[in-house]
Amino acid sequence: MTNTALSSVSADVHSDVSGGLPSASRPGSSPGFRDLGRLMALMTGDEKHGPAATSTLDALWVLYDRVLRVTPATADAPERDRFLLSKGHGPMAYYAVLAAKGFFPEEWLAGFGSYDSPLGHHPDRVLVPGVEIGSGSLGHGLPLAVGTALGLRAQGLTDPRVWVLIGDAELDEGSNHEAIAYAGPAGLEQLHTLVVDNASATHGWPGGIASRFEAAGWSAQAVDGRDHEALYAAFTAPHPGRPRAVVARVEPKNA
Amino acid sequence: MDTMRDRFIATTSRLLDEEPRTALVLAEISAAGFEQAQRRHPDRVINVGIREQLLIGAGGGIALSGMRPIMHTFASFLVERPFEQVKLDFGHQNTGGVLVSAGASYDWPAGGFTHMSPGDVALLDTLDGWTVHVPGHPDEAETLLRHAVTGDGRVYVRLSQQSNAEARPVTGDRFLTLREGGGPAVVAVGPMLDNVLAATEGLDVSVLYATTVRPFDRETVRAAAGGRGDVVIVEPYLEGTSTTAANDALADVPHRVLGLGVGRRELRRYGTIDEHLAAHGLDPASLRARISAFAGQGALDAHRRS
Repeated sequence: MTNTALSSVSADVHSDVSGGLPSASRPGSSPGFRDLGRLMALMTGDEKHGPAATSTLDALWVLYDRVLRVTPATADAPERDRFLLSKGHGPMAYYAVLAAKGFFPEEWLAGFGSYDSPLGHHPDRVLVPGVEIGSGSLGHGLPLAVGTALGLRAQGLTDPRVWVLIGDAELDEGSNHEAIAYAGPAGLEQLHTLVVDNASATHGWPGGIASRFEAAGWSAQAVDGRDHEALYAAFTAPHPGRPRAVVARVEPKNA
Repeated sequence: MDTMRDRFIATTSRLLDEEPRTALVLAEISAAGFEQAQRRHPDRVINVGIREQLLIGAGGGIALSGMRPIMHTFASFLVERPFEQVKLDFGHQNTGGVLVSAGASYDWPAGGFTHMSPGDVALLDTLDGWTVHVPGHPDEAETLLRHAVTGDGRVYVRLSQQSNAEARPVTGDRFLTLREGGGPAVVAVGPMLDNVLAATEGLDVSVLYATTVRPFDRETVRAAAGGRGDVVIVEPYLEGTSTTAANDALADVPHRVLGLGVGRRELRRYGTIDEHLAAHGLDPASLRARISAFAGQGALDAHRRS
């Protein structure tokens, strides 16, 4: 009974969110945010997408559209910014953004998850242009991002920025806390962690997620994960000598 | 004589000077030995604290950035504890790196089972593309470390307190034929060599010396096993670890394989390395008895034949 009640609430939330994703686009123009719903539908066969599938969508779009200095032409350049998707499940929004930005053809999207497709339900860096890591097992991206920042710094490449996206439930994995506790004192200014918080961690984060980073010496800020201007401001705020964490709050997964 | 770990510190410190693409990642263990190197290369000698998941994950990220990471701690904390990081942060990312362990199966018996790692090589056998070096002498460790660091692949270098009295020439791939005989081919891995040589003194066997066990040198083993197809492997880690590789090498001919190594059963004993060698039947007298029994009594008596 409870389950049924929850499902119906959940369905309502799904409709609301998909309602915020217009599928229209002007013919001939390069794909924009308004095209992402259509691109995701090529993978899912449905224009409506639930909050879990779209929790990362706005933050990903703002990053790729306005913040990250990487294009299909510079996808292998040493000086590029790196974006590591650690929360590898539910990658439709990520694939849609990469396709919209031209890292691979839109035609790939329809094969999502099939044997001959490079696009799996978890991304593989070996198979997909623009994908920096293979992910799926939670808690690997942030330590890999720490190492990438260390490696860039050791090579004198202090300009490129390293971004990693994790989920609030993924933060349960202890490996993240090894990385957070190290990166602050190490002063890894090139390192940026985006936590997409859809309140899906079973035990929650009493005191807030940002406080975990701040206690370890990071610069941290929580913002509305659907507000593009707020996301952009948080993504581009200076944080000299410290790594940066941005917590993007979106609708609770199980509201 | 210095230990393999001493030689690792000296060799890696020089490699950091010589090879700008190398970076060393530590998790406290051996950090004191690298203080000078860290002063010279503060961005390339990185101690992440007692954080072994991060040790491997950060090494994986360093590899993604285009550098050659060397990661080091005790074997139990380098391979066993962060095994999924070893699997995913290198193999799945299709990158390379060098893992260098200390402690081996029971280098510090008084430290107990928490610091023993007999299963490290067997674990790596579940993954694709790892080269495994098991040097038997500090000089060999230096050669194999240089070989590993200047390459591109995924390499595990297993260092130990246990060492043979003299170094042999090592190449980083093939087994070395030390004795030729009519009986079984006895493959001695790394630090097991001196005990194997003592155990087989006067026996009509071949002795091969293996310091690079993965990939497994099938051709040399096939040639040495001869018409009998008998192979004995004496390895300083989990018993049977290389039995499958030996069977595969001889798959198309009748053969027998005896795998000797560290037993699976937890001894719950402290003491010395020699006491643990004896407890696992890896001392010369036990090895001689087990190899002779496998070959058949009398078949190995070289004096009777001649």
